[in-house]
Amino acid sequence: MSLATSIGEVRTRLANRGVDWTILIWIALAAILIFIVVNPLARLVLSSFEVVDGKGYTIDNYFAAYGRWRYVQALLNTLVMGAGVAVLSALFAVPLAWACARTDMPFKNFIRISVLAAFVTPPYLGAVGWVLLAGPNSGWINRAWVALTGATEPLVNVFSLGGLILIMACNLFFFIFVFVTAALELVSTEMEDAANVLGAGAFRTAFRITLPLVYPAILGGVIVVFLQSLALFGVPALIAIPARYPVVTTQLWQFFESPVRVEVAAAYAIPLLGITISLLGLQRWLLRRKGFVVVTGKGGERRITKLGAWRLPLLGYALFVCALSVLMPMVVLVQAAFSRAWGRGFSFDNLTLSNFQFVLFEHHGARQAVFNSITYAAIAAFFAISLSLCIAYIVNRKLLRFSGVLAFLCMAPFVIPGIVLAIGFYAAYAPPPLALYGTALILILSFTTRALPISYTNSAAGIRSVHPEMEEAVRVLGGGRFTAIRRVVAPLLKRSLVGAWILVFIPTCQELSTAIFLTGPNTRVMSVLMLDFSEEGKLEQLSALGGVLLVITIAIVALGFRIVGRDFMLRRIS
Amino acid sequence: MPVLTLNGLGRAFGKVNAVDGVDLRIADGEFVSLLGPSGCGKTTTLRMIAGFIDPTSGTIEVDGKVLSSTKGSLPPEKRGMSMIFQSYAIWPNMTVGQNVAFGLTLRKLPADEIKRRIDNILGVVKMTHLIDRYPAELSGGQQQRVALARAIVVQPSVLLLDEPLSNLDANLREEMRFEIRRLHDEFKITTVYVTHDQAEAMATSDRIAVMNLGKIEQVDDPHTLYTRPRKRFVAGFIGRTNFVSGKRDGGTVRFDGFSVDADRLDGAARSGPELLYSVRPQNLRLSLGAPEGGVIAVAGEVAERTFLGEHWDYVFAVKEGGARLRVSAPAHDVHAAGTKAWLAIDPALMVPID
Repeated sequence: MSLATSIGEVRTRLANRGVDWTILIWIALAAILIFIVVNPLARLVLSSFEVVDGKGYTIDNYFAAYGRWRYVQALLNTLVMGAGVAVLSALFAVPLAWACARTDMPFKNFIRISVLAAFVTPPYLGAVGWVLLAGPNSGWINRAWVALTGATEPLVNVFSLGGLILIMACNLFFFIFVFVTAALELVSTEMEDAANVLGAGAFRTAFRITLPLVYPAILGGVIVVFLQSLALFGVPALIAIPARYPVVTTQLWQFFESPVRVEVAAAYAIPLLGITISLLGLQRWLLRRKGFVVVTGKGGERRITKLGAWRLPLLGYALFVCALSVLMPMVVLVQAAFSRAWGRGFSFDNLTLSNFQFVLFEHHGARQAVFNSITYAAIAAFFAISLSLCIAYIVNRKLLRFSGVLAFLCMAPFVIPGIVLAIGFYAAYAPPPLALYGTALILILSFTTRALPISYTNSAAGIRSVHPEMEEAVRVLGGGRFTAIRRVVAPLLKRSLVGAWILVFIPTCQELSTAIFLTGPNTRVMSVLMLDFSEEGKLEQLSALGGVLLVITIAIVALGFRIVGRDFMLRRIS
Repeated sequence: MPVLTLNGLGRAFGKVNAVDGVDLRIADGEFVSLLGPSGCGKTTTLRMIAGFIDPTSGTIEVDGKVLSSTKGSLPPEKRGMSMIFQSYAIWPNMTVGQNVAFGLTLRKLPADEIKRRIDNILGVVKMTHLIDRYPAELSGGQQQRVALARAIVVQPSVLLLDEPLSNLDANLREEMRFEIRRLHDEFKITTVYVTHDQAEAMATSDRIAVMNLGKIEQVDDPHTLYTRPRKRFVAGFIGRTNFVSGKRDGGTVRFDGFSVDADRLDGAARSGPELLYSVRPQNLRLSLGAPEGGVIAVAGEVAERTFLGEHWDYVFAVKEGGARLRVSAPAHDVHAAGTKAWLAIDPALMVPID
């Protein structure tokens, strides 16, 4: 149907019912989006030009934010770190994606699940694992090194730029893995056969034909990883601060220590926003040029490459990556969670459940934080999906004019780093009259905003899968549009909505970079509490709390596997 | 009394007139097809009748009551019609029985009445044993039968079908054609059927409205439409044909290579001297000797031939003037290409075209 048709439908309703409810819905949706997307962003930009504690506008905040070499250095540091993370992630992800998608490497499913596990482990938890592994004095690796060689100097130090890059790459390489796997599945084997026929071996074919064909996907993934690493707060807070390597997010955090200088923070955040927007634009453009990945309809058989003698070396590399990103940090975290003191190692008298007892029953704040994390994430996921479902429906069925604006606003938060969004929410709703700072409401709303892009992508895909004739069949038999939605659209979407809810719930439950700026004494979430534990040196309790979070996450993912099918996260998270 | 009337019905999308001044009166219990190539406006017309699209000009009336006009339209759910969609639109979350019951439930009929009607209609479409199946477990033909049952069971004032057979394979399509006609004969529901397949329209319809570029070219029963097409588009769209143009010259009409007495030709007394006739390939006969018996005899040769199994498709080149005519001949009527031959044309089978 065309735009003209939709106007016609609107007029029809005017003529037949006297009330035009669709306009009211449009206004309601627009109002919500203005409240949770437009206004925080507008306030962020505006307050970056506001005079501190006064009236009028100025660009002094930008001088304050970039007037000191230290602050500029932090921005440069961040870019260096991002580049390192992007390169290392590509080195991790591309061989694994090729091995899992196109070769006869053994244990491919195990590798896939490990990669997924690396991603659902919150990055700050991975960072704690690495502190236990590679802390300069007491880290397991260094202790083993000293014991084995009798050296006096530690082998590795996690509190360094290298440590920062490694820990981030361990979590973020997942994005490149997913992008490249998806692209590899589109490359027809015939492309490779053509090279084989001309005399190229398996590796020459992979390097000269297969990988160049998925080059835009690799680059697209690299850009996403770069941007994600810029926006992370937890890992820099745990690693970069002790390493004396200031980055943008830790610097923003310092602007928030009293006296809170939100205007300067806003000014300091604007370049981050600018970098994100322009790089995501570049990534879109790269992935849109489909010329590279040749999608052929027929003859698109996907055969696996026989690796021969290279099977085990490639498996070895894959296991190495999985060990760095999941297995090793997990082992030491679990050990710490069940230990009286993690440094005393693996022994029976060191074994205890008291850490779990502490976080689940004794520490009042911890129990509250577990409860908060789950409820806030559940509610925010519900809000985000309901909102984006309404909008996707209106857009797809062309019920109203200018519905594209609503869709754009749903996708807009995709370019806003969580920490920048938090500053926007702070600037917009912390001051009176709303004074929402520290309330559950502001956390739920900001989580909703962050979740909107994933929710919208999934909702729109769901709505597209329901043929409009399914609804027209209801209407022609005498049911109104709401009957059609209730009896046909909603039941058909149930499964994909559950999948979307899980996809939103998991990252929201672990959210840190927005929460840390907006949380109050009674509204702490698990991630914030873990950061507190780390500052207090309670690494065992922290590990136990992390274990609780992971158990919740794994339970939810398992539920998703059962309801929606095995591959739903690998396919749709990006 | 005509139950469904389209008066000067039009629909513009931007500057394009998808439907342009369509007038059509469909009698109670009549089965009318809208036939035309894709983009001719037939589906838009159907969707306007259903109430999914509003007209930009003209009106739609049922029993004298205006349902659609430029001032606003009754929404589809209040028209008491039924529709069968190209995708069938069988709801996959409901069983066959629930699908068929849906419209009856919305009409708030008592439960035993609903059950009686469902059993009855599923018996009619031979689906009784599949009442508890889900649509994903049905074949294309069975889904089509569910769609038919679901649409008919509510006893609609008008039944609308939007290319319902286009997703079926050839054999099934032929079977469902008769099924649709059989159901119409049984329930006598006023029906509008949209298709681009002339065989489908011929097999099912009481009358066919041939549409082109948003306008109705001709409305007639299938036999008249085939034997007496009035428009060039209709003659060319329904079956294959030869067009021959001639000039009236006193008492005779001169065509390319032959001439006929004007009083032996239908419509030769029309005003202009330029005349156009359609003559079907089946109505031309090839022979080696000159034909006799009141037919027009034209000398020439067999220029090309194609054997299609059921018949020969010859191209006959007229000796004088070089006109080429398609001739359809039975399989045993074999002529080699290049053979000198005669063509027999019965002037009574030459149909004047506007």
